[in-house]
Amino acid sequence: MILRIEAGPQPHRLDPMGKKACATAAGELPGQVDDIRVVRVYTVDSELPGDVLATWSRGALSDPITDQVSINGHLPTEADWIVEVDFKPGVTDNEGRTAREALALLLPDRPVPAVYFGLQYRIFGRLDRAQVHRLAEDFFANTLIQRIRIASRAEFQSGQMLRANPPVVRITHEPRVRAVSLEGDDAALEALSRQNVWALSAAEMKVVRAWFERPEVKDARRRAGIGEALTDVEMECVAQSWSEHCKHKIFSANITYTEDGKTEKIPGLYKSCIQATTKAIRERDGENDRCLSVFVDNAGVVRFDEEHGLVFKVETHNSPSALDPYGGALTGIVGVNRDPFGTGMGAELLFNTDVFCLADPRREEPPPTGLLHPMRILEGVRTGVEHGGNQSGIPTINGSVVFDDRYIGKPLVYCGTGGVIPLSLHDRPGYRKYVQAGDLVVMVGGRVGMDGIHGATFSSVELSEESPSSAVQIGDPITQKRMFDFLLKARDAGLYSGLTDNGAGGLSSSVGEMATFSGGADIDLAKAPLKYAGLDPWEILVSESQERMTVAVPPDRVDAFLAMSRLMNVESTVLGTFTDSGTFTVRHDGKVVALLDLEFLHNGLPRRELAATWTPPAPVEPDLPARPDLHGLLLRLLSRLNIASKEYWVRQYDHEVKGRSVVKPLCGANAQGPSDAAVMRPLVDSLRGIVVSHGLVPRYSDIDAGAMAAASVDEAVRNAVAAGGDPATFSALDNFCWPDPIAPAPDHERKLAGLVRANRALAEVCLAYNLPLISGKDSMKNDARVGARWISVPPTLLVSLIGIVPDVRRAVTMDFKRAGHLVYALGFTRRELGGSEYLAELGLASTDVPVVRAAANWKLYQALHAAMGRGLLASCHDCSDGGLGVALAESAFAGALGCAVDLAQVPVDAPDLRDDELLFSESAGRFVVSVAPDRAGAFEAALAGLPVARIGEVTAADRVELRVSHGNTVSWTLAECFDAWHAPLAFSAGKDRT
Amino acid sequence: MTLRALVLCGNGTNCEIETAHAVRLAGADEVNILSVWELVAGHDTLDAYQLLCLPGGFLDGDHLGSARAGAFRFAHGRPAAGRDPIRVQLDRLLDAGGAIIGICNGFQLLVKLGLLPTRAWEPRVTLTHNLNGRFEDRWVTLQADPESPCIFTRGIGSIDLPVRHGEGRLVALDDAVRDTIRDGHLAPLVYIDPATGAPTEAYPLNPNGSPGGVAALCDPTGRIFGLMPHPEAFAHYTNHPRWTRDFLEGPPDNEEGAGILLFRNAVDWLRRNHG
Repeated sequence: MILRIEAGPQPHRLDPMGKKACATAAGELPGQVDDIRVVRVYTVDSELPGDVLATWSRGALSDPITDQVSINGHLPTEADWIVEVDFKPGVTDNEGRTAREALALLLPDRPVPAVYFGLQYRIFGRLDRAQVHRLAEDFFANTLIQRIRIASRAEFQSGQMLRANPPVVRITHEPRVRAVSLEGDDAALEALSRQNVWALSAAEMKVVRAWFERPEVKDARRRAGIGEALTDVEMECVAQSWSEHCKHKIFSANITYTEDGKTEKIPGLYKSCIQATTKAIRERDGENDRCLSVFVDNAGVVRFDEEHGLVFKVETHNSPSALDPYGGALTGIVGVNRDPFGTGMGAELLFNTDVFCLADPRREEPPPTGLLHPMRILEGVRTGVEHGGNQSGIPTINGSVVFDDRYIGKPLVYCGTGGVIPLSLHDRPGYRKYVQAGDLVVMVGGRVGMDGIHGATFSSVELSEESPSSAVQIGDPITQKRMFDFLLKARDAGLYSGLTDNGAGGLSSSVGEMATFSGGADIDLAKAPLKYAGLDPWEILVSESQERMTVAVPPDRVDAFLAMSRLMNVESTVLGTFTDSGTFTVRHDGKVVALLDLEFLHNGLPRRELAATWTPPAPVEPDLPARPDLHGLLLRLLSRLNIASKEYWVRQYDHEVKGRSVVKPLCGANAQGPSDAAVMRPLVDSLRGIVVSHGLVPRYSDIDAGAMAAASVDEAVRNAVAAGGDPATFSALDNFCWPDPIAPAPDHERKLAGLVRANRALAEVCLAYNLPLISGKDSMKNDARVGARWISVPPTLLVSLIGIVPDVRRAVTMDFKRAGHLVYALGFTRRELGGSEYLAELGLASTDVPVVRAAANWKLYQALHAAMGRGLLASCHDCSDGGLGVALAESAFAGALGCAVDLAQVPVDAPDLRDDELLFSESAGRFVVSVAPDRAGAFEAALAGLPVARIGEVTAADRVELRVSHGNTVSWTLAECFDAWHAPLAFSAGKDRT
Repeated sequence: MTLRALVLCGNGTNCEIETAHAVRLAGADEVNILSVWELVAGHDTLDAYQLLCLPGGFLDGDHLGSARAGAFRFAHGRPAAGRDPIRVQLDRLLDAGGAIIGICNGFQLLVKLGLLPTRAWEPRVTLTHNLNGRFEDRWVTLQADPESPCIFTRGIGSIDLPVRHGEGRLVALDDAVRDTIRDGHLAPLVYIDPATGAPTEAYPLNPNGSPGGVAALCDPTGRIFGLMPHPEAFAHYTNHPRWTRDFLEGPPDNEEGAGILLFRNAVDWLRRNHG
């Protein structure tokens, strides 16, 4: 007997969610859709006592003021079409879980049946069945994870939908362990790898084969009773541990690099460019070393004050977001939360960041087969991060959205999380782990299901039409919040010795990595609580079901730990023990199903040998218009997607929960100006703050990925300085998203050469800025294959930055503050239009990409920060996309004040720059600032000897007035600038697609 | 007397730390943060407190509607052996002259428990989806009703605070409930247009379309108070989105944010009148 409850707004009540769906549908099918009403559907695969059903359906499932409820029958409707959407079996159903928890309150000490949630769209309009189907597939559901049922009014009223079965998981399969044979030639091994989504090469599989053929390995296996043959549990564990996602094989590879006819060997980019840079800076800093824990844990840790450290990590979740933008992004944000949380002994989470790289959402033609429309990706990703961040109570304080049509193959979804960690916890550093042999392996949080199997290996292959849907998970922020609430309490009570995240690779990864602290682990998979029966042992081991941490609990604390877990309504299960045996032993119901040498598992992977060749592009001079229409061009630039206002995102993200925000993403007279960076106070009772910023300019990669990387670092630093951060305290994170640089990907040697150049530039600029890299990640397969065609992202490096604002009352925003203030340009403007938004708008190319003169910039940044510390700046805005012209316009309309500026005064280090070059060149290391007249003397003295020039003043007029060459003047009203900038991405509710 | 305040957290709340900080700044002698699970398990009771704060967040993810599952848990959760149900404890706190503030999700919880606009324990109003169907974070200007019995909003005048919600539109059961609110001055804060000072239903000044601009409710005793905006998020002058403009010349003498006033009003009132 299936019980079905419908709840929805009473006929005379407004239905904003229905209106929102209607606006979307009406936008697609103009004139055909009059209205949509949304009804929530809860299905139970069981009977319930009448009083329980009444209390539950009226008290928990519906609102007594606005809703009506129907049990086992439809709420009446005259709608023309009805679309019902629910989840496929096994997909995380958060609403259903909460409904079940409410039901459990009414059924104490009795079994509580599962509850399944669905949404019903009741469409009033003139559509045919095919159109309804298309609406359902394109806007109401993602058929990868959801089921759609469609009924006409007559079909609906006949009760056809009442007979739909709930999505119960039924697995008749008996769990078992299979032997794996690695016999055969390279082709056979590669086929085997592909078929199982192991993402290993034939060479790597032969290393595995050779290991298991060793006599001493065979011996040990016989003694343990597992038999000589490799098991599927072992092979999956090795494949996960050796995946590109986990092992960073390309960043570790030996590279033979050729440039200008010269060839050299690079012993791993990670080691020689990233680690070496940080090491050099730490040595240089000596006693003032800000780094506390780098490259050894889930996130980097740096010093904040005498008692606190800062933890920061950024991850990408590109492949899942391409398939299910909502679930992928939601899982991305709640997933990266677990990295700082799982660092050391655990951090209190402070903030989120997000950066999305997407294709133009206004695309008219349908996307290539197998790919989703960019607007759908935009809205799904946006909503996923909204739900993940907002429901977790972590403010999203910094981010951006970058558009380039090559991201249609794979959107890039960067999610970051920062936290604060006690320097001392129970008399030892809080940023380390203390796992010892004998500690128990405890899995905490959600249960294990088939969701997310092969996420780690799947993200290491390019997308195709056969991509497995089990790689998609849906996050559950509330289960995670409960877990974090509990674990912070357990941390402070000293109930565990270490913890780590269950992310990519699941238990295989988390237990396998934590085992390196003690020297081994022995777990029994049969003890892991499952969402449903029928999982094979290997599936339990590598499942990436969300909201789980692996915790090491000393035996004398385990009772207290488990009791607190029960109290806080969190499931915790002892799976086994950390050992010092040197092996990772996995059992199922006592029987050994995997016996893996830890040294082999973590260090047995042979380094790859790769080749890269760099040929600089032939110089291109742009054929600039003889008499550019500066007035029109600035407005066009302000409307470009990469420059236009991102208020649509910012407003829908809670950016000030925790009550410690100082500089929000939007600032100025009407709180609509684009802040350069975020400033917040980590502690409620201290005025010491942090600044968080980022830089990325993927379009420069088309000329040189090295220039792209250098500019990304400079932009991040510039942004942080502009808001008041002390450049001596900055730390950075590098997140590379690259097109596949390995054969058979087209042009792979050049892509790899770009990676080499990007790493070298990153190292060089970081050394000049004394900027340690404290954490990073790389995602190296950002391609989609559509038939024979590769759609590859431009090489993209995101540099995220965290630093200190010594006194938040000295933070500075980018809006002009008062008429009469003086406007200065800082830093040289050069003829560097290559890769600029200006040339992109004109459809022109140039190879004159901005070059970062780091040593000179560094002097300016330090002097500027010192001047800010003395309160000499009224506003400060970094010049980046769109150059000086855009920066001036933004500072003006953000402050609701005009300005009068003479372009001839702008600092240049070469003569004869054209007006459009002065206005739109994107040279690095520049700012537009304003200064009160009574502080101008002190300001100019503080920056003496640096490229600084007074270029005009802030005015009370509502115009930006620019004196250009030949005595001409160009002017814009603030309103036309603001409207041009604000309109392109200010989607009305009708554009929302979820 | 020792003024003790409790911030009840857990299961999706996320503003407990700043709310507790705000109550401390307001002068409470002791402020505890207690998980709802600990309350249910009987580790502490509400009896020792004069002020209960229900902070913002997403109880149960707001999955069945904002704070609905949370309210259901309050109503149907079983108390630990020897402890009274939460509802009984709440009644006792109020009967003893104590006060409750519910902020954002806490306001939604009060409404869904049926504690506003009167302590009927039966919902008379609800807070539901914003008219534009979106969650939004933005600062609004509010005007206090000087004739309201609310002990939190006395002498406030107008105040800027942030809202961060997707379900803040107040819907009353019927005209009688609307009359009760109007006649009793039980809507102590309304969204206004700062240019005119008049209550507004226009987006974005009124972010959710709440009729009459109603942003908050209190009961006739003035001691049960719920509001959608976040006063605890304006605890320091640098929280305000325009502080770099308004205090360009230097910090104000009093760096405290205006949001603390609401808590201080209640703390002072309870000190004078409790018991």
